[in-house]
Amino acid sequence: MSESIIKVVSLTKSYGEFLAVDDISFEVWPGEIFGLLGPNGAGKTTTLECLEGLRLPDKGDIRIMGVDPVGNVRRLHNTIGVQLQTSGLPASMTVGEAIRFFSAYHGVAPGYDLLDRLGLKEKAGVQYHALSTGLQRRLALALALAHKPPIVIMDEPTAGLDVPSRVELHELMNELRITGVTILMATHDMAEAEKMADRVAILLRGKIVVTGTPRELTASGPALTKVMVSTSKKSLLTPHLVLPAIQRQLVQDEYLVCFSSDVGRTLKTMLAYIEQHDDTIIDLRVERPSLEERFLEITTEKVR
Amino acid sequence: MSAFASHFSFEFRTGLRDRPLLLMNYLFPLSFYVVVSLLMTQLNPTFGPDIIPTMVIFVTLTSLILGLPNPLVSAREAGIFRSYRVNGVPALSVILVPALTTAMHTLIASLLVAFTAPLLFDAPLPVNRGGFALFLVLTIFAMAGLGVLIGVISTSTRITILWSQLIFLPSIIIGGLMVPRSALTGVLAKIGSLMPSTYSVQIYDTLARGIGVDAKTILSVVVLLAGGILAFALASYLFSWDSHNTARRASAWLALTVAIPFIIGMMLL
Repeated sequence: MSESIIKVVSLTKSYGEFLAVDDISFEVWPGEIFGLLGPNGAGKTTTLECLEGLRLPDKGDIRIMGVDPVGNVRRLHNTIGVQLQTSGLPASMTVGEAIRFFSAYHGVAPGYDLLDRLGLKEKAGVQYHALSTGLQRRLALALALAHKPPIVIMDEPTAGLDVPSRVELHELMNELRITGVTILMATHDMAEAEKMADRVAILLRGKIVVTGTPRELTASGPALTKVMVSTSKKSLLTPHLVLPAIQRQLVQDEYLVCFSSDVGRTLKTMLAYIEQHDDTIIDLRVERPSLEERFLEITTEKVR
Repeated sequence: MSAFASHFSFEFRTGLRDRPLLLMNYLFPLSFYVVVSLLMTQLNPTFGPDIIPTMVIFVTLTSLILGLPNPLVSAREAGIFRSYRVNGVPALSVILVPALTTAMHTLIASLLVAFTAPLLFDAPLPVNRGGFALFLVLTIFAMAGLGVLIGVISTSTRITILWSQLIFLPSIIIGGLMVPRSALTGVLAKIGSLMPSTYSVQIYDTLARGIGVDAKTILSVVVLLAGGILAFALASYLFSWDSHNTARRASAWLALTVAIPFIIGMMLL
């Protein structure tokens, strides 16, 4: 594997008595989307702010493409693009002025194509205060990408966005990934992390409790796969039906709903039973445990 | 366009299109100038020669002491500084550009006063233009430094008003604007010497009126220059990107050391 593009070793940060980040280490590889997950107050934003050069770590070492955020802020900000969770622009600054202003500080030509891509071209003359929350978030993203950084750090990227805007942002994130841009994002939207992230780390009370791909994380837990099936003759809706590897089963709206610890064995027996009773399947759904369920398990376990 | 020019251009335009800033930079001080000059020349016919220095100092106090700090505090509270930080805007630009653009607006408003006062109120023009320029530059420089420092150390916009009024009101009352320093009693005159306006008036009265240079004028030049430099240096040191400005470095006590040149001036004037 190539060398990591972001390397965090033993990062620690406190605010007075409160230990926000407690000796965490992780690495992000070039071109991947890495998600930092955790409940509110877990230390996600503090971690990102240390990486962005907004906060000084108490202890630990951070390297972003070899750059120390503490020692070389100027080089850092030409290397990364940042979309903050809470940020602002002067109320009277127009979209066009914002892109010119920040592009000038990055020493690049204004990225008007980005305004077009993010649906902001028509709003170039509109002042920041007159933009909706969604458009303000898009503008923040446009500014983060204006200097074409190889690394983008996003804190709750879809917070405050409506569904079409979220879909559009996810498409853009995928486009960036294809072009080799590395994305580090903090989110508490598990569906987003599961859909977008190549790897995730779950933070809890300032510590990383688990790291891995969303698939690894969901597979590692004891969570059961949900199987829902409906047949024309309803042959499965009998109290005498015994399926292998089933922990729990119930009938819901003419569906047999069961929770299996070995979905292969369960399905094999179920399909044989349907055929044996000359029945036909109307609908069959298999839902593996979601990252959200696994996240809840992990956080509940650790809190105990 | 360079980053600095782009920043300067934006901030300068903000000073005109932002209503509260337009009010503090032009509408309020210029309306005050017209109304008060109109009244005062009727009530006191000898007021004419004092219109330009009094109103120019009033303009600088309004825009730089009352107007400049608040947008700095609001910008920090709204997370604008954080956006600047992550996009590579240097701290020095965050402090200097608003100070320079507000100083530019102050200069324009001051020149409007200086050019219209002779026409509207028969006020005499400064005899020594070089002396007037020095008075203007030093007054603006010192006030801009103090304005930026207030903006940097204030923890909220409410606190900003308190700090600003701590300079604004005494400057008007005992800083040589409402009452000449010579008419103040010993203690009040001494307290008045803590205000930058006292030194501005001193410079105008001697240099701009063409009377000549004396020790008090040199002292006034040094005090305003030192006060301005110290204020900008402290503002630069105490500046914080943090939205809450609760960092230990943002010490109001340290900021108060800006008064040292004025205290020395008070002892010597």
